[in-house]
Amino acid sequence: MEHNVYIYIIIMAVTTYLIRVLPLTLIRKEITNVTIRSFLYYVPYVTLAVMTFPAILESTQSPVSGAVALVIALGLSWMGKSLFQVSVFSCVAVFLIELILN
Amino acid sequence: MNETKKQLFKKGMKDGIPIGLGYFAVSFTLGIAAKNAGMTAFQAAITSALINASAGEFIGFTLIAANAGYLEVMIMEAVANARYLLMSCALSQKVSPKTGLLHRMLMGFYVTDEIFGVSVAQKELKPIYSYGVISMAAPGWTLGTFLGVLMGNILPLRVVSALSVALYGMFAAVFVPPAKENKVVAGLIIISFVASFIFNRATIFAGISSGIKIIILTVIISLGAAILFPVKKEE
Repeated sequence: MEHNVYIYIIIMAVTTYLIRVLPLTLIRKEITNVTIRSFLYYVPYVTLAVMTFPAILESTQSPVSGAVALVIALGLSWMGKSLFQVSVFSCVAVFLIELILN
Repeated sequence: MNETKKQLFKKGMKDGIPIGLGYFAVSFTLGIAAKNAGMTAFQAAITSALINASAGEFIGFTLIAANAGYLEVMIMEAVANARYLLMSCALSQKVSPKTGLLHRMLMGFYVTDEIFGVSVAQKELKPIYSYGVISMAAPGWTLGTFLGVLMGNILPLRVVSALSVALYGMFAAVFVPPAKENKVVAGLIIISFVASFIFNRATIFAGISSGIKIIILTVIISLGAAILFPVKKEE
């Protein structure tokens, strides 16, 4: 059976949108349960940390440049640098290191 | 627009610039995948404009290339993007209860890893801030996909490689500052790194997609922390 590309796109879009929008529109009140509140407090940091490592090592041409970028990103963030500065310096680090490596 | 709203929108735009740059790099490679699936630049661009999800789109393009059934595409999209359900729950606690339905529907459209990352860093998430972020981030995603289909491999690999860490740098800028203030968060980040590394390298978990791995680890680690270290309500 031949499938229509636009039907594929619509199915993907509707499914993804429902997942994203339902909690945000249905949960209108502040959650009072301490465990759920605590869970939701920790979720963002855990999820971002899980997504960052070890994926950053695989995102660059060499794991070394990815590792250096991670160390720089962690260090600059610790020093309180802005999101933009942290990102830019991580990119520059990768570029320079790969320039030296190759 | 009064002054504070303008400032919030501008702040959002500023936070959105690195996201847009990172998106451009990531979605460029996404465009190449779309091209391999036999899609046109236009089709790939509307997919990106409507879906805004790297893993979800990669899986979608792969399934389209394989001429998969519609139901299968639906199920795989739900699985690949299930983490947004958690993120959306977390964001529901960041917006004021007074936030209207239309704002919630618009903000929900752009719950992505990166926009979520900057959104949770806000003390209270105001829609106008989100719109500022989206205004800078969303075009990068769609445009990158479009150009990825058209130009394939023109951008030097070195540049793509460098840009691809922008997103991770941003994540670090979100999760590190609270770790400085809160020892539990600091410990959780270290545990997350180690667990994620083991999960990614151990061959027994090789069959699990990265989206599912993220959900499993997030739920287990966050739930454990919530039970052991409940957060007291701060006013």
